[in-house]
Amino acid sequence: MNVSATPHIRSNESTSRIMLLVIIALLPATGFGIYNFGYPAAILVGVSVATTVLTEFVYEKIMKLPVTVSDLSAVVTGLLLALNLPSSVPWWIAVIGGVFAILVVKMLFGGIGQNFMNPALGARCFLVICFAARMTAFTYDGVSTATPLAMLKAGEDVNTWNMVIGTIPGCIGETSVIAIMAGAIFLILFDVIDMKIPAAYLITFVIFVGLFGKGGWDAYYLTAQLAGGGLMLGAFFMATDYATSPITPFGKIIYGIILGLLTGLFRVYSSSAEGVSYAIIISNLLVPLIERFTVPKCFGKGGENR
Amino acid sequence: MATLTFKGGIHPYEGKELTKDKPMVQITPTGEMVYPLSQHIGAPATPVVTVGQRVLKGEKIAEANGFVSVPIYASVSGTVKSIEKRLITTGDRVDSIVIDNDGLFEEAPCMSVKPIEEMTKDDIRALIREAGIVGMGGAGFPTHVKLSPKEPDKINYVIANCSECEPYLTSDYRRMLEDPERLVAGLKIILLLFDHAKGILAVEDNKPDCIRRLKELVIDEPRISVKVLKTKYPQGSERQLIYATTKRAINSSMLPADAGCVVNNVDTICAVCSAVIEGKPLMHRIVTVTGDAVNDPKNFIVPIGTNYAQLLEAAGGLKVQPEKIVSGGPMMGFALYDINVPVTKTSSALLCMTKDEVAKWKPSACIKCGKCLEVCPSRLMPSKLADYAEHAAKEQFEKYNGMECVECGSCSYACPAKRQLVQSIKYMRRTILADRKKKS
Repeated sequence: MNVSATPHIRSNESTSRIMLLVIIALLPATGFGIYNFGYPAAILVGVSVATTVLTEFVYEKIMKLPVTVSDLSAVVTGLLLALNLPSSVPWWIAVIGGVFAILVVKMLFGGIGQNFMNPALGARCFLVICFAARMTAFTYDGVSTATPLAMLKAGEDVNTWNMVIGTIPGCIGETSVIAIMAGAIFLILFDVIDMKIPAAYLITFVIFVGLFGKGGWDAYYLTAQLAGGGLMLGAFFMATDYATSPITPFGKIIYGIILGLLTGLFRVYSSSAEGVSYAIIISNLLVPLIERFTVPKCFGKGGENR
Repeated sequence: MATLTFKGGIHPYEGKELTKDKPMVQITPTGEMVYPLSQHIGAPATPVVTVGQRVLKGEKIAEANGFVSVPIYASVSGTVKSIEKRLITTGDRVDSIVIDNDGLFEEAPCMSVKPIEEMTKDDIRALIREAGIVGMGGAGFPTHVKLSPKEPDKINYVIANCSECEPYLTSDYRRMLEDPERLVAGLKIILLLFDHAKGILAVEDNKPDCIRRLKELVIDEPRISVKVLKTKYPQGSERQLIYATTKRAINSSMLPADAGCVVNNVDTICAVCSAVIEGKPLMHRIVTVTGDAVNDPKNFIVPIGTNYAQLLEAAGGLKVQPEKIVSGGPMMGFALYDINVPVTKTSSALLCMTKDEVAKWKPSACIKCGKCLEVCPSRLMPSKLADYAEHAAKEQFEKYNGMECVECGSCSYACPAKRQLVQSIKYMRRTILADRKKKS
């Protein structure tokens, strides 16, 4: 008979189940990306996922560690990385990104849960630095074009309706607000992600852009800012990454506010139109500090008789 | 009325339907009866019988040793076979009195009791102590100590813990359903000790029939009310129960009396009634025998000292070989490696599970999802505390309020990485408490 310490029952939650739910939640955005950008997008998704899974497997084999690819977290990383690539990049860029994400950002720091930076975004920023031209060249329907966010920054008119639906140039998975929201609602319903981070992020961002953006409080401008670039994908799928976001309830709100401020700052004042990736990886670095200052008051020790 | 509750907690599979509708059945034990001298928190009792002596049912066999200690009574008649170390549910071997049951159940005279109107408060407290009553919800804290706070006039609430939030357990539920008059009478006796207190029957909302029955009974009792709590684990935890019913919160350095509360479990209050009205010492308790490996899950009225194996037999034995047998509920009970252990004053259940969910999962790395923070009723950071515990970082562990943990196990239950969170935290708490004892 088995003997163990209490409790003797466990919930049916598991790491692989959570990762599977995230993958399912990313399917609408992935599917729309492939529909929007055609087969090159599908190839990039396949190459990226295969690379991340293989990298984790090979690293763990070489280092004689237990193989953890069955927890599906490498699949999530690969998928997120692909969704953050323009469809026009060659396949080997996805390979370099995938190896960097898993090997450098994740495994060298101790594997799942130990990385201090979102692996997919770390890799994306690495790729932007290495292959700046390729990573910022967007083609749509075979024509080279600027993203709506860049057009907005240049003062041109954009079609916000197309931005919400997603029939615009951009990275593979970031264009369709509807597809991303469908996945986000799914994750919230299954209690995988918490509303605190995305809500604080988006509200802060809107206030910042409303106050300092050149469009001001104009609804059209704000909608375009919200729907443009990687904001929605970032807010719901990258900023909520467990390992690189605070675990304290109040810390989540602080983290969301910092994200909103940084994203607003980058989008309004920097030379680039986009800023979500940098905002998230910089905020990732602040997480240990945020957690230290937001330890919840324990029961029986915090004011109001509580 | 809104249902009351606390923040955090979990909703495990309840499993109460297995035994919920099974009335309590009296067990007649045979053979050897084992009475551990330490069935309560505090000093172990001192034996007052000798080997070979004949004892009667209801005869005192061990005397309290100090204020925080209670006597123990024989629950059968027979001869004292030995006084030796015996295995108990926790896996320890402790000094126990072993009685050879002669099967006659010859009764000793009851404790002498005056009519309740003639008793002083101290008479009642003395009687409760003399009857050997301890908290029967699991902790086993001597009840007379709980009922003797420094300032009895500052007690505002006497709370009857009718929550029974542990999955599978229905012993308190059956007691409330079949014997509610005794529960209310017991609560009234305890209220006699506290002039400024109101009585609260705190019941979870998954027991609507108990709520209805108890409400009927207290309709003419101005001092007693029924409060409905949300069904959630650990709703029956003392601190969480006090918070849910009174919105007062206490930490580990305080007693319920510091918040003006006294909390007692259903079976304990019923034992108080039997002792004070009928002069009967604590000799029985209700035990739920349940789990998917048991043929006929049931609730039993069990003489204390009965071997668990007899309970299992009375419940029709095992359907299949269980992977795990637990004394108590699945959240805080003790896993047994040998079923030949006695029922004590604090044994609430015998749970036989065909599948051991703990063995099914292998602990993996923390993914920092924060689920343990969400469910922690003490609002701690279990993942962090477990890290500190695993690295023996005592100072950090205490700084992050590790000593406030109530060891309910919600964090381990909820953890998707299946980390042994509460196990690590518990181990660290034991170490620190032992250190403190050494220093003082």
